[in-house]
Amino acid sequence: MLNQPAIVRDDDLEILLNELYIRHGYDFSNYAKSSLKRRVNRLMAIDRHPSFAELIYHFRNDDDYFKRVVEGFTVNVTDMFRDPHTFNIIRNDIMPVLATHPVIRIWHAGCATGEEVYTMAILLEEARLLERSLLYATDLNPSAIETVRKGIYPLSQMKQYSENYILAGGRKDFSSYYKAMYGWAKFDDRLKSRMILATHNLVSDRSFNEFQLILCRNVLIYFNKVLQDRVLQLFDDSLEKLGYLVLGSKESIRYSAIATKYKQLNKEKIWRKEQ
Amino acid sequence: MAQGAVTSRLVVIGGSAGSLEILLNIISEMSPGTGTAYVVIIHRRNDSDSLLTKLMRTRTTLAVREVEDKEPLMPGTVYIAPPDYHLLLENERAFSLDTSEKVHYSRPSIDVTFESVANVFGPKAIAVLLSGANADGALGMELIKRAGGTTIAQDPSTAEVSFMPQQAINRNAADHVVEGGKIGHAITELLSH
Repeated sequence: MLNQPAIVRDDDLEILLNELYIRHGYDFSNYAKSSLKRRVNRLMAIDRHPSFAELIYHFRNDDDYFKRVVEGFTVNVTDMFRDPHTFNIIRNDIMPVLATHPVIRIWHAGCATGEEVYTMAILLEEARLLERSLLYATDLNPSAIETVRKGIYPLSQMKQYSENYILAGGRKDFSSYYKAMYGWAKFDDRLKSRMILATHNLVSDRSFNEFQLILCRNVLIYFNKVLQDRVLQLFDDSLEKLGYLVLGSKESIRYSAIATKYKQLNKEKIWRKEQ
Repeated sequence: MAQGAVTSRLVVIGGSAGSLEILLNIISEMSPGTGTAYVVIIHRRNDSDSLLTKLMRTRTTLAVREVEDKEPLMPGTVYIAPPDYHLLLENERAFSLDTSEKVHYSRPSIDVTFESVANVFGPKAIAVLLSGANADGALGMELIKRAGGTTIAQDPSTAEVSFMPQQAINRNAADHVVEGGKIGHAITELLSH
């Protein structure tokens, strides 16, 4: 099981991070170390490496294994309508504002396996806005992006998602959005018809468009202050005036350089760009 | 408390089913000014957000905070793991949050935080495992004990649900097995040394 005691030491982690950067160009140096250590421990448990030396040996000698390490570093746990209250606010307060734009551009930054992108597609469809929306969904991890493309999620999650959907103000039968088959739920193709999927690294890649709404939930918690500031600047560069930024329930822009340009919606984790 | 104050000891308390009342009693017995920070991980439903924080504030003069991203760690404060996040210590001065896979069907998981406390605070940690119907926390107790910290399991015969503290005892991970009503006193004693 995954309950093995910690094996990775601080200097082991440094070795791995250095080699990932020097040999492959992935810079994890400004990620929170406590979470990264857990990711490496988890990878060693799953791949049955008895020691860190074993992992680094595979990493150095198998060109494909580095991809697995990168994928193992990213946390891909996400839900549909996670924090239903937030999506209720988006449904009631933000959708009417988005509706005033001829083309609606939304960016899900660090979308993982895409549950929130489908969440947003459902909200847009119910507001009759999906047709003129573009949902950009990006993540560092190519296999996560592949999952978004498929739109197939475990059926066992649907009860929870359905409850969340109703708490978020949904009035339809949630199961009308997917077809159940062999323990999986395949979401309707029309939901992904307006999605644009790509790998994008928040650490090193630049802004690529202007958006009215950016969602980046539970990604900043994995970054240190330096990287958080850089990423928030990237979002600021990518957000239209009066656009919205939505973060995770424990995240904030409060101590960042962009904070003065934004106004928080009550106590929600939603900020509106005012300048 | 001034920014950057040093936390000399860390008391970390984990509990699940049947642990709330005993937890509130323990916190109410903690006195300020010992240079100690308190960290609480309780399994609960995700929707009860700030309720536990409010409840705890009625029982103690210590500051009570539900942890936010990169929250600084200060003595004289009770920190509560937020629902649906694992709570980690980034170092002796700051927390970090993590939404990765559940452990023992739980997020926050007691094992995850205990392991992190063992790494960062080692011998300066005191861990307490209370009532619960889950195996979460037993491994964490072992890791804290191995790192030189002190561990207390609630006496299972005094726990509403005996399973969780019993798991730690079976693992030989409990330095002390203490009746529920006397755990606050036991912590105070340990902190006075």
